[in-house]
Amino acid sequence: MNKIIKYVFYDIIRSKIMIAYTLFLLLLTIGLFNLGGNPDKAILSLLNIVLLTVPLISIVFATTHFYNSYEFMELLVAQPINRTRIFMSEYLGVACSLSGAFILGVGLPVLLFGASLTGLYLLLTGVFITFIFVALAFLASVLTRDKAKGIGIALLVWFYFALIYDGIVLFILYYFSDYPLENATLAMTALNPVDLGRIIVLLNLDVSALMGYTGALYKSILGSVWGIGLAFGLLLLWILVPILSSRRIFSRRDI
Amino acid sequence: MITIQNLRKSYGKLNVLKDVSVVFDAGRIVSVIGPNGSGKTTMIKCILGMVLPDGGDIKIGGESILKKHAYRSQIGYMPQIGRYPENMKIRQVIGMIRDIRKDVKQVDEELIGLYGLKEMYEKRMGALSGGTKQKVSAALAFMFNPKILILDEPTAGLDPISAEILKCKILKEKKKGKLILITSHIMSEVEEVADEVMCLMDGQLKFHETIESIKAQTNEERLSRAIAKIMNEED
Repeated sequence: MNKIIKYVFYDIIRSKIMIAYTLFLLLLTIGLFNLGGNPDKAILSLLNIVLLTVPLISIVFATTHFYNSYEFMELLVAQPINRTRIFMSEYLGVACSLSGAFILGVGLPVLLFGASLTGLYLLLTGVFITFIFVALAFLASVLTRDKAKGIGIALLVWFYFALIYDGIVLFILYYFSDYPLENATLAMTALNPVDLGRIIVLLNLDVSALMGYTGALYKSILGSVWGIGLAFGLLLLWILVPILSSRRIFSRRDI
Repeated sequence: MITIQNLRKSYGKLNVLKDVSVVFDAGRIVSVIGPNGSGKTTMIKCILGMVLPDGGDIKIGGESILKKHAYRSQIGYMPQIGRYPENMKIRQVIGMIRDIRKDVKQVDEELIGLYGLKEMYEKRMGALSGGTKQKVSAALAFMFNPKILILDEPTAGLDPISAEILKCKILKEKKKGKLILITSHIMSEVEEVADEVMCLMDGQLKFHETIESIKAQTNEERLSRAIAKIMNEED
């Protein structure tokens, strides 16, 4: 396994996109910390930008990488190597290098300017979101052989989780505003990893007091150690379900 | 050495292989022929586990290979069109495969030397011509002394001298008791190197016989005419 990951890393590092991504995150984070003065405020702005860009870059980069590595995988499939090993090496290679860029780009400045529990949660959330969206990207890539179609599906997935889903939730909240929706909102949150990540971080900032009854409910459920554990457990599930199903598809199809 | 039993494969509605059963023995060179789209490459890819059959079984040395991978250490494969990571250099591709196959102690670098690949080691795979890529594919296929060699149209993109080098290498490996499967459209070449001819047509086995018996059956001196005769008789 390690040998193949080594070559995947090697391939990614040379592509320069990873360096640009790290620099982008680094500049963004340093800029935000120097702009506000209050580190909590900076983390809040950072959270909003990170939750929009990290999924987008992860999913687009992972999808294009998967299609571009097709020749590499073809070469390895004729060797005495298990197909699932090739697939998981590709996944770990991409997800780990994107996470590495994120930790370097966001983690380093956070540590310097505003090291706190919230900062740690932000980092953890970012890493989880990276792993989740790389998994979703691989799922989109194994579903179709056509590169353009694959990237299309991947972008649609991002669009759905980043924008459309919130729209649907708002619509439901508005339409059924006469009913008690606290538990339903909680359940709806679990169905979107981006929202889940947002709430994990928000609850550790003072702004959660602004979120009204639902905020109070979130606080009572997710505010405890148990709740945080549950939230990260759900995020883990969001990694495992797409990656295991795409691994299954990959090992059962023709190359 | 390789036993194929009732192999079936379809892509959607298209039945590419329809109950193909055939046995290949060690120490033979078998030429797989047939019109374009008759299922030659699909059969080869089934043996390699790249294409998963819908039905039937493939056994190597008596053991089924379906859903396994370790058996591929016995196979050297040269694809019809070698596709390689474009930004890797020749040296890196060869180095990587050697790194993966570290268990093999004896490495056969004869073709790397004969094709002068070392002089081109720093060239990127994406910048290579089709023929040079074929040379890299050939060198990789023979490198780890496999018991079975599968060559899919090996000489299609090679210049005459390189093709001759490859033919000599094939005959040399045969003497070591290896099974060599070759698909080809060039009958003179088949006649030159092969012992047996296996013909696929529309996904079915048309015949699988030695070259002598084909010639004897048809009373023809040249293989190409003999095969044309068999094909026409059936129509």
